[in-house]
Amino acid sequence: MIRIEERMEQSLIVKIVTKIVAILLALGISAVIFMSYGINPIYAFSTMFSKSLTPYGLSEVVTKFIPLELCGVGLIVAFKSGMWNIGAEGQLLIGAIMATWAALFLDIPDFTRLPLILVLSALGGIIWALIPAFLKAKLEINEVIVTLMMNYIASSLVNYLVYGPWKGSKEWGFPYTDKFPESAWLPIIPGTRIHWPTLLMASVAAFTVFFIMFKTTLGFEMRVCGQSRRVAEYSGMNYMKALMVSMAISGALAGLAGAGEVCGIHRRLRYASAISSGYGYSGIIVAWLSGLHPIASILSALFIAFLLAGGDILQVSLGLSAGIVNVFNGAILLSLLISEFFGRYRFRWK
Amino acid sequence: MDRETLVKMVGITKIFPNVVANDSVNFELKRGEIHGLLGENGAGKTTLMNILYGIYKPDKGEIYIEGKPVNIKSPKDAIGLGIGMVPQFPELVENMTVAENLAPLFPEKILGKKRINEIHRIAEEYGLPIDAEAMIYDLSLGEKQRIEILKALIRGAKILILDEPTTVLTPNEVSLLFKAIRKMRGEGKGIIFVSHKLPEVLELTDRVTVLRKGRVVATLNTKETNEDELVKLMVGRAVLRRYVKEKIVPGEEVLRVENLHVFNDKGGLAVKGLSFSVRKGEVFGIAGVSGNGQKELIEAITGLRRVEKGRIVIGGRELTSPIQFRRIASHIPDDRVGMGVLPSLSVLENLALTSYKRFSKFGFLKFNELEQYANGLVDKYNIIMPSLRAPAWQLSGGNLARLILARETSAECSLIVAVHPTFGLDVASTEETWKLLLELRRKAGVLLVSEDLEEILQLSDRIGVMYKGELIDVLDSEEADAEKIGLMMGGVKVD
Repeated sequence: MIRIEERMEQSLIVKIVTKIVAILLALGISAVIFMSYGINPIYAFSTMFSKSLTPYGLSEVVTKFIPLELCGVGLIVAFKSGMWNIGAEGQLLIGAIMATWAALFLDIPDFTRLPLILVLSALGGIIWALIPAFLKAKLEINEVIVTLMMNYIASSLVNYLVYGPWKGSKEWGFPYTDKFPESAWLPIIPGTRIHWPTLLMASVAAFTVFFIMFKTTLGFEMRVCGQSRRVAEYSGMNYMKALMVSMAISGALAGLAGAGEVCGIHRRLRYASAISSGYGYSGIIVAWLSGLHPIASILSALFIAFLLAGGDILQVSLGLSAGIVNVFNGAILLSLLISEFFGRYRFRWK
Repeated sequence: MDRETLVKMVGITKIFPNVVANDSVNFELKRGEIHGLLGENGAGKTTLMNILYGIYKPDKGEIYIEGKPVNIKSPKDAIGLGIGMVPQFPELVENMTVAENLAPLFPEKILGKKRINEIHRIAEEYGLPIDAEAMIYDLSLGEKQRIEILKALIRGAKILILDEPTTVLTPNEVSLLFKAIRKMRGEGKGIIFVSHKLPEVLELTDRVTVLRKGRVVATLNTKETNEDELVKLMVGRAVLRRYVKEKIVPGEEVLRVENLHVFNDKGGLAVKGLSFSVRKGEVFGIAGVSGNGQKELIEAITGLRRVEKGRIVIGGRELTSPIQFRRIASHIPDDRVGMGVLPSLSVLENLALTSYKRFSKFGFLKFNELEQYANGLVDKYNIIMPSLRAPAWQLSGGNLARLILARETSAECSLIVAVHPTFGLDVASTEETWKLLLELRRKAGVLLVSEDLEEILQLSDRIGVMYKGELIDVLDSEEADAEKIGLMMGGVKVD
């Protein structure tokens, strides 16, 4: 019989070995899939690696890193505070809507436009995130369901806007808004699609969140509230405040990610799935892969960004369909999650 | 094979990081014997019992059950060998009924009403009445313990480990429990009675083994020993057992409860029109069998439960939230692991849990000062722990209690609410806690809720007895004695 026992403590070696085994396992699964499509898996992997390491490949990794890190590190705050926020995707899209509104429809001086876009997009994310926080703290409504449902609302809202009232006058009926004025463009590193102000914000966010969570009174309150509402209230902490603040931080960062996508890359609002290829959901994985550690989230966001960029490369170079690429990414993520289990427990034959 | 010796543990050694919990311990339990296991917190009693129950693996030593050498690798193995454990803190599924908690122990065809009747039958047989349809979270600790005993009995255990079973019982309930234990002995079961309470050990057991710092200091026939000898063996010195309480003239009122009505989780009225007040300089004790509304009363006073009717005034202002309660009062809860500490947070953070605001500057926690403060508390209250950064779950029960006591009594406050503050503590720690609470009267009012009559009588200046959500009477300590209070706890009004 096999017995499963919890490891008393996880050594660093165990952690690293399980992660490596997980990646090898995922490569194995993917190899089978590639072979079934008649593609030499070694060729596929080497293409993915070598092309990711070209300047263009790396710039694509960094481009995807920005929204992943912003969503991921925000989610760490929410998760540590006991809010199972599945809604970063929706908060990102609302941020994108607010950014678009400020870019296209506000009659303001040019130099104020970009700062206002950032503020409004963060505000949009905050509002979208506070609704489930309030419902949970006041009425004990499950936040997983509310945040998830609000993703669909946000996504439908984007689609309604681009197919309806905000459809561009010069776009020949395509579901886009008009192109943003240049005053609403986020500056990019020349030759890439990297919008560096948001990159800077994402990196600063990782360290700031670390600081808030572990060095401030507010962070302490949020961590206690995340562990137990009973203990928090016993200790005289304001549970509702902690929950609202954590979701506000989470929502603001996701909202900024939305502004980054529309003002940095597309420079217009497009339908929801074009704005975000599930960054809000991948952010959940970024958060968990990092062990809910804000600084480690930089590494996990880079890794997920590499997977997403590698997937794009496979699509382009080998003519694989997007579906296969998703299977490949899914296999890696699943293996990593399973490896968490092996890291935490050991097996003994009896 | 020696079938008369149910349990024989030989040379049991268990070493935890930095601590030798059991050092070559020998222990024996005979058929039809009640064997007391005495010792202070951290003496290694619980470790020894956890080894017998398969929770820990001994580093050295052998265990024989009915003469056969056995290797107990898990509680499942232990149960298979006929060992039943009634844990100190009941481990039940809170949001299920009694019958649902016990369901896995019955064959599948015994369902519904049949199962409930069967539970009631066994409970009646041993004189431990229980409502099988009640939700666990509505039960008192005492009642939950009873279910743990039933669990072992239903499994047909022939070796029963009772870890501090009387801590939360009234005198009447204790005598019921003792009757049940004696009945089990009559059936040829062996009972290991783990306790700190000497009179009970002397009354109930046939033999007693005393542990100190992980070693067996003596195994004695109960008839041939006495309280003084056992205390000396346990503590290594004689302890003072009676207090002469210093009279303090009560000062201003710090807590006033007026016509308080509070609901329980089921929506029934748990506190029915209670009124009393606590003044600075006094200990107001609330005695009563748990489940008579004390839990709801305390939750209301600490701001954790809604007041339906009436009012609570703390420090001259009407109470509106737990945050406001915390500003002027502190609270030693009975639920240490579920409320008093967060096991996953560090010792340092747990020590800061209710006083962290004092260490905040511009929103930042001043960790240096906090660390100094925590080190001071650790020294003063003798909290034994691996380090300030270690998670609190690594601390033993007694050390967790000291951690909470340290935190809650060091805060500047005018009211201290203490609920079962010495629950599960050994003689020495109990004494320290009592002295501390008496000392605190100088600067604050103390509201003490306890089921331990000795504690109530030792500490209280005034005693209120709670029964079915009401205060039966309030007595001055001079006119109170154990018998009177005991009767009132059962609902009898004494003049």
